[in-house]
Amino acid sequence: MMASTNDTATNEPLLEISDLEITFATTNGPVRAVRGANLSVYPGETVAIVGESGSGKSTTAMSIARLLPENGKVTGGSIRFGGKDITSVPTREILALRGNEIGLVPQDPMSNLNPMWKVGTQIKEALTANGMARGAKARSRAVELLEEAGLPDASRRANQYPHEFSGGMKQRALIAMGLAARPRLLIADEPTSALDVTVQQQILDHLDTLTADLGVAVLLITHDLGLAAERAQHLVVMYKGQIVESGPAIDLLQNPQHPYTQRLISAAPSLASRRLVSGTKRAEVREHAHEHLQPAESAGDRTAPEFGDAEANLDAVIQVQELTKEFPIRGAVPWKSMPFTAVDHVSFEIERGTTTAIVGESGSGKSTVAQMVLKLLQPTSGRVLFEGKDVTTYRGKELKDLRRRVQPIFQNPYGTLDPMYSIYSTIEEPLRLHGIGDAKSREAKVRDLLDKVALPAEMMRRYPNELSGGQRQRIAIARALALDPEVVICDEAVSALDVLVQAQVLELLNDLQGELGLSYLFITHDLAVVRQIADRTLVMEKGKVVEQGTTDEVFHSPQQDYTKRLLAAIPGGAIPLAGSETIDVQAPPVADEDDPMPTDGPSQTDGPVDPFSRAERA
Amino acid sequence: MRSDPRTARSVRPAAEHVVASLDETPLQAVDAVDTTTAPRSMWSEAWHSLIRNPVFLISAALIVVILFIAAFPGLLTNQDPNYAKITQANQPPSAEHPFGTTRLGYDVLARVLYGTRTSVMVGFFTMLLATLIGGVVGALAGYVGGIFDAVLSRITDIFFAIPLILGAIVIANRVDALNVWIVILVLGVFGWTNIARIMRGSVISVKNEDFVTASTALGANPVTNLVKHVVPNAIAPVIVTATVNLGVYIVAEATLSFLGLGLPSSSVSWGGDISDARPALRTQPMMLFYPSMALAITVLSFIMLGDAVRDALDPKARKR
Amino acid sequence: MIWYIGRRLLQMIPVFLGATLIVYLMAFVSSGDPIAAIAGDKPISQAVQDKLRAQYNLDEPVLMQWLIYLGNLFQGDFGIGFNGRPIMDQIKLAFPVTFRLAIIAIVIETIFGVIAGVIAGLKKGTLIDTTLLMVSLLVIAVPTFVIGFLAQFVLGVQLGIAPVNVGRDPSWQNLLVPGAVLGAVSFAYVLRLTRTSIAEVATADHVRTATAKGLSRGGVISKHILRNSLIPVVTFIGADLGALMGGAIVTEGIFNVSGIGSLLFRAINDGESPMIVSLVTLLVIIFLIANLTVDLLYAVLDPRIRYAK
Repeated sequence: MMASTNDTATNEPLLEISDLEITFATTNGPVRAVRGANLSVYPGETVAIVGESGSGKSTTAMSIARLLPENGKVTGGSIRFGGKDITSVPTREILALRGNEIGLVPQDPMSNLNPMWKVGTQIKEALTANGMARGAKARSRAVELLEEAGLPDASRRANQYPHEFSGGMKQRALIAMGLAARPRLLIADEPTSALDVTVQQQILDHLDTLTADLGVAVLLITHDLGLAAERAQHLVVMYKGQIVESGPAIDLLQNPQHPYTQRLISAAPSLASRRLVSGTKRAEVREHAHEHLQPAESAGDRTAPEFGDAEANLDAVIQVQELTKEFPIRGAVPWKSMPFTAVDHVSFEIERGTTTAIVGESGSGKSTVAQMVLKLLQPTSGRVLFEGKDVTTYRGKELKDLRRRVQPIFQNPYGTLDPMYSIYSTIEEPLRLHGIGDAKSREAKVRDLLDKVALPAEMMRRYPNELSGGQRQRIAIARALALDPEVVICDEAVSALDVLVQAQVLELLNDLQGELGLSYLFITHDLAVVRQIADRTLVMEKGKVVEQGTTDEVFHSPQQDYTKRLLAAIPGGAIPLAGSETIDVQAPPVADEDDPMPTDGPSQTDGPVDPFSRAERA
Repeated sequence: MRSDPRTARSVRPAAEHVVASLDETPLQAVDAVDTTTAPRSMWSEAWHSLIRNPVFLISAALIVVILFIAAFPGLLTNQDPNYAKITQANQPPSAEHPFGTTRLGYDVLARVLYGTRTSVMVGFFTMLLATLIGGVVGALAGYVGGIFDAVLSRITDIFFAIPLILGAIVIANRVDALNVWIVILVLGVFGWTNIARIMRGSVISVKNEDFVTASTALGANPVTNLVKHVVPNAIAPVIVTATVNLGVYIVAEATLSFLGLGLPSSSVSWGGDISDARPALRTQPMMLFYPSMALAITVLSFIMLGDAVRDALDPKARKR
Repeated sequence: MIWYIGRRLLQMIPVFLGATLIVYLMAFVSSGDPIAAIAGDKPISQAVQDKLRAQYNLDEPVLMQWLIYLGNLFQGDFGIGFNGRPIMDQIKLAFPVTFRLAIIAIVIETIFGVIAGVIAGLKKGTLIDTTLLMVSLLVIAVPTFVIGFLAQFVLGVQLGIAPVNVGRDPSWQNLLVPGAVLGAVSFAYVLRLTRTSIAEVATADHVRTATAKGLSRGGVISKHILRNSLIPVVTFIGADLGALMGGAIVTEGIFNVSGIGSLLFRAINDGESPMIVSLVTLLVIIFLIANLTVDLLYAVLDPRIRYAK
């Protein structure tokens, strides 16, 4: 903590960017990605640039060490580092700065290590390139650096290849690499956005201590305002290539001046969130849901509950009982496969007109549950009851009928729509598949659905590649609603979206629930989102439900250590803001290491998302 | 463990709080819909970038000319390509014989023009046949997976292990009355494997996309999914390869004819003419030059077309 | 790694059996009279017919014939050629020549193809890239036999710096020009493949990270771009060995090299089916071995495969 004081105690900024302008050459002509940006970083301090995707935050950071893609150029302004203007010095001089003056911790740990070289070798390289050490000395130093970055069993790990590392371990290796040559400035570009919250917290904590001890200034690039406020002393907010506001973290958060900053703070789920309330009150929503059910019941052929389901809760639209899914994973020899239990005796209910959320980290089995509820995956054992009837054995017409009433919305807005289909054919597809209406009535329905998701009807003739992520997700919602379903399963439906768009889509989902009496199963890794949308919450860890209850119960009096840890890891949760409640949970102590077995490395392809599952489905 | 963010460790002179003026940074609606451009599908985007690509324009123009010659070779010459008069052998270019005559007295221009038809026919129909076999095998292997995939993949490997020319040679050697259709059949049977491999890979990557899963969840059956979602999205790399393959088949046919194993001398083929021109290379190099040029230009056109289509269909290449 | 190799070997077995069966069926069974098929167009005596009948076990069912043929093959017995000499002996004489030719072709295509491809890939979009790309297109479009004629005519006949006809038992030096002609088309493919691969890897995230570490441009290229992008190229070159030996039929015909290709060409013209089957089978085996070697090389080069179960 005191490291900064023994630095040269001048008031000169280490990095000073003035009027920076960056232009990209594209086929559609030059695009200015950054305009008139001013910011400075003083020795030893942490400055965060916050913005949505496309705001120019990463571009600004990359331009410092001249790491822009080939078609990007600094077209105006200046970058001063250590008092020297480096905007247009020869590449040779930039080369001298890279590594030992300016370090980089890049965004995606999966793609930033060279898969062909051992991790130790890649760190050694950072040492030799900067003349820090050579030969055997560099090797032992590389191990020290990995240890310093919090990697357990570093000397063995240094001899392994990146694919043997989990995401968190790779990120630690990248931190070791970024700090290897002891730079004065570390650029950390979304260093943890690909990781689970608890791992993210450990790694950021470690990075904090490390940079504080070494007196390294950090330029942190992030989309997460809560995280930025928690980790940095000074915040810079970027919007569409410009810096709209900058100032001391707490001051900026409590007194946002620019309307964009205000908007961002009010939308950030981690900062200020409580259950979204639509125009309709919760009780009315549920009542409405039952009314909505009536016509379906009278017209339908609903029989009395089957034998053995007598105790079934009729208020529950979906009941999941002791659901279990095992995947065979290849063992040491090909003919011996070991069962891997992805979902382990999971039971819960979704009450009509309410939202149940399943929250968990990667590998918790939450998406596998969603797939089984959607009948995209056959459970190993256990049952899924829809309106009291076991649907696990449905096939043919029964299954098709079920598909009408339970609809999915998936995570990746870029993968969820067929790029070959116009928006009209996309939304019309379910109607066509189920032979509903004629061409004219279908078009009227598509118009109506577009209106429901607040998109103009002219959108019909467009194609997915012309739409933003948020718009695509709204189209996916419209498609899911085309068959007037009763249940919608949202599998990480808003996770890939920027905060403002995310807030907008959550708002939309919530309003639609009120309007149509929908029941949601909401799968997410983001606890902050859960608090905004869910009535009931299940916390899953390693295939098991570790805690479930009303959302308020889970957030205010978590019973399990794991839940407490998850809550404590929400970045910025403890920052007091006017008009919002804070989450103040003491995290139980935890060993500072992520799983020694790589859980998100190779097992990702061998485990739950195995081709087996696809084969079963087909 | 967690450091207190409020601990000052910077030497920042003053806690400046700067706000940009709203005039300079106007706030826009969140996720506004861009209605300024006309709707464009991926294919029409590809088309738009294609017609701006000089490589495409050149190759397309050449292919139009080649197809025209192949369709109406008689419009450009009044000479019969199969009429040889030994009295007018080895003539230099003249008004009657613009490219001269061969050592047997054939009109070179007529041979080159009529040879276009043979090459284009073999290239085009072999491409159709090979794409059909390879496309179906690859799509089924990739989509169904499992044992089915293993069997189909091994069958593909078997045909892949027999090089196109060798396989064609062995069969051509066995057939007494070779004609264009048999050559097409032979080349098609040994030339479909790269299409199958590409189709399989492409189908496997597409079938795991969310929109296919979404369609299943909406109630679509596997066959509908394959035909309506998977194949249309997987076909682009196959089109590219098929275009390039067309050139490869033309070369293969010429090679067969060159080896004397292709079409009988009654049908005009560039490969055969090149072979025939060889003994006179010293005295009449142009006899070799004309059919070789025709062959090279035809093949080049299709390869260039393939390249241009690849660039147009690859969104990564288009962004730049 | 062991299981990876094991799986590859297991997969090779059906492919080997299938490919040899197809070749066998094509050559012997496609026409009505197997004796006529074996003998080709030549009129043959009853004595020879009986001998052939015995040699190819024609009284057995076709599948059995093929199995016996395979069995003999593994004992190095390819049968007797029309000229009365064992086919094996003739192959033994011809094989080293063609192998040498293929090696020359591979060396040439690798050196020139990779160097040109690396330059084009690193300078994508520049004049030199466009030029190299055009050269590669030309080489692919002009058939090998035309390139062969031209090389023979210009270098051999007009300039006299290379032999026009190579003939029997040639030196490495004499095989240089035919080898270059044989490798020409593959050179163009290597160039294009290397170019694409290099350009792709050059924009990878880990390359930027390596640059950010402070590595020089040269260091980044040699340690992080080259190795990663050459894996598909190695795959291609390895598999190309089999294809080149097959392609030698054209090149050897032009330069009169007495290798496998000439043997095959002669056998085809004479309708010597046993020889054709033997040679094509041999080429298929070489092709399969080359592919297996590539798979192993792949595992050596890429740690992700090396450690896969």
